[in-house]
Amino acid sequence: MTRKSAYPYWFFIPAGVIFAILFIVPTVASFYFSLTYWDPFEARFAGWDNYVQFFSEPFLVRGVLNTLFFAFLTSALKTGLGLLLAVLLTSGIFAQGFLRSVVFFPVLVSTIGVGLLFQELMHPTQGAINVALAAIGIDGPGWLVNPKLALFSVALVDVWRGVGLATLIYIAGLSTIGPEYYEAARIDGATRWQQFWRVTVPLVRPATNTVIVLSLIGGLRLFDLIWAMTRGGPGFSSDVLASVIYKQYQAGFWGLSTAGNVILFLMIAAIVAPLAWWLNRRELEA
Amino acid sequence: MTDRSLTARNYAMGVVALLLAFVVFIVPFLFVAINAMKTAPDAAQLDFSLPERWVFWENVVTTVQTRDYALLLAYWNSTLITVCAITILVIFGAMVGFVIQRRPSPVSRFVYVLILSGLMIPPAVVPTIWVLQGINLFKTLQGMILIQVAYGLGFTVLLFRAFIATIPRELDEAAIIDGAKPWQVFFRVVLPLLKPVTVTVIVVQSISIFNDFTHPLYYLPGRDNVTVQLTLYNFQSQFASQNNLLFMNILLITIPPLIVFVFFNRQIVAGMTSGAVKG
Repeated sequence: MTRKSAYPYWFFIPAGVIFAILFIVPTVASFYFSLTYWDPFEARFAGWDNYVQFFSEPFLVRGVLNTLFFAFLTSALKTGLGLLLAVLLTSGIFAQGFLRSVVFFPVLVSTIGVGLLFQELMHPTQGAINVALAAIGIDGPGWLVNPKLALFSVALVDVWRGVGLATLIYIAGLSTIGPEYYEAARIDGATRWQQFWRVTVPLVRPATNTVIVLSLIGGLRLFDLIWAMTRGGPGFSSDVLASVIYKQYQAGFWGLSTAGNVILFLMIAAIVAPLAWWLNRRELEA
Repeated sequence: MTDRSLTARNYAMGVVALLLAFVVFIVPFLFVAINAMKTAPDAAQLDFSLPERWVFWENVVTTVQTRDYALLLAYWNSTLITVCAITILVIFGAMVGFVIQRRPSPVSRFVYVLILSGLMIPPAVVPTIWVLQGINLFKTLQGMILIQVAYGLGFTVLLFRAFIATIPRELDEAAIIDGAKPWQVFFRVVLPLLKPVTVTVIVVQSISIFNDFTHPLYYLPGRDNVTVQLTLYNFQSQFASQNNLLFMNILLITIPPLIVFVFFNRQIVAGMTSGAVKG
């Protein structure tokens, strides 16, 4: 007779039931419903129609491409700026602790609040940003009203809001690099620039991987900021998958909305899983 | 770079950084605060001038009274959702993290991977509504609470598992020898030792649940179900010309995260980095 374990599996059950019913079941069901014409009244099998529509209607294709553009742009900016800010904020400058708090605070503020605030600041004529630019003789662009610029403007606000988290992760990563590495580099005659590229960047690699993966996932899934600032507009110019999913749900095209959900899931899996694997491998080799 | 003394250069860089941080990060918040104290026509100018007339208190009252005290109802709903969801998350999440860490087996690994996948996979929203309707929890606070539990579980289990690894097994073994049942070992011996990580979980999750906009938008529609983030959204569509009240609303719903930030800064940093770096 085997002795009963002191760590029984039934401990998984309470959390497991909630997770299975509200997360796993809908995720599995989404694959089926994405193949149907589904509305509040019925679901009829549709084959691949929803997917065909997603990759042939220009505004839906636009949503897919925008999602990728947004995620890669914000991830790259958060990684680069996060590292620079973290190096600056660990170098012992004046008011370092206060500055860390200031950079991090937007992470905790309501995203909708941030979105609405910047909607006002980016107003083409009256907004504080363009008024300030006009004061130094620059004719500010229509940040959110120019279809070519709207998604880019939202991306900048997303970086403003999220760079604090990247900085925080980098600060934690930098604190694991011992001073002896920099001393050795200095003795070998390395300049500050060389120290940054040859010591800091390679040794802070695990934090870099975390920042890239986290901000990519966040960027691909982002909904609230875009919804608060542009609702996907002007036209469909700043629509991303998450906003398309919401719009199609609102319009009663539940099957199409769910197909968007599945595409988003597959896109995240296809980008993030290999990337995380590749980054971790390089981390081990380094 | 390792020299931490405050040299003239560090001082100068600090001052420059302060100025930049002031313009980039503090001015936007000042803009919110100043405009929240203006009259509606004054705030419609969108400029940085000081209010022509300071109407801070009037704006607080008007904002709170809007739509039959919707903001108070929203505060009540959001608080209820946050408190209930976190209570469930902490207890059930710690149980899962405990067994996963203490009993390495294919079953544990499978459960762990499944739960962590929730950190990456976007929730399938319309099928979730379908499930909620099927179990009569759509548009209910109970349903919203359970949704927040399901979505917060990945992060919670991740943190608990990592922390439980630092608690010596000898402690539970001693209790087992004394004849304690598994649930007694967990609730009497292990759970009380998890206080530091529990505080971190509570702080980080409460901010994320309180600030959640997307999921109440989908799963909790209806006037009586309004949550704090949705009050802003309603303001925007209803009172396009009343920026002052919109900003006052932003101010009023930023108070709880601000308080948490002031008092639990250390736990927030610990949670955000430990969860992230090990993820």
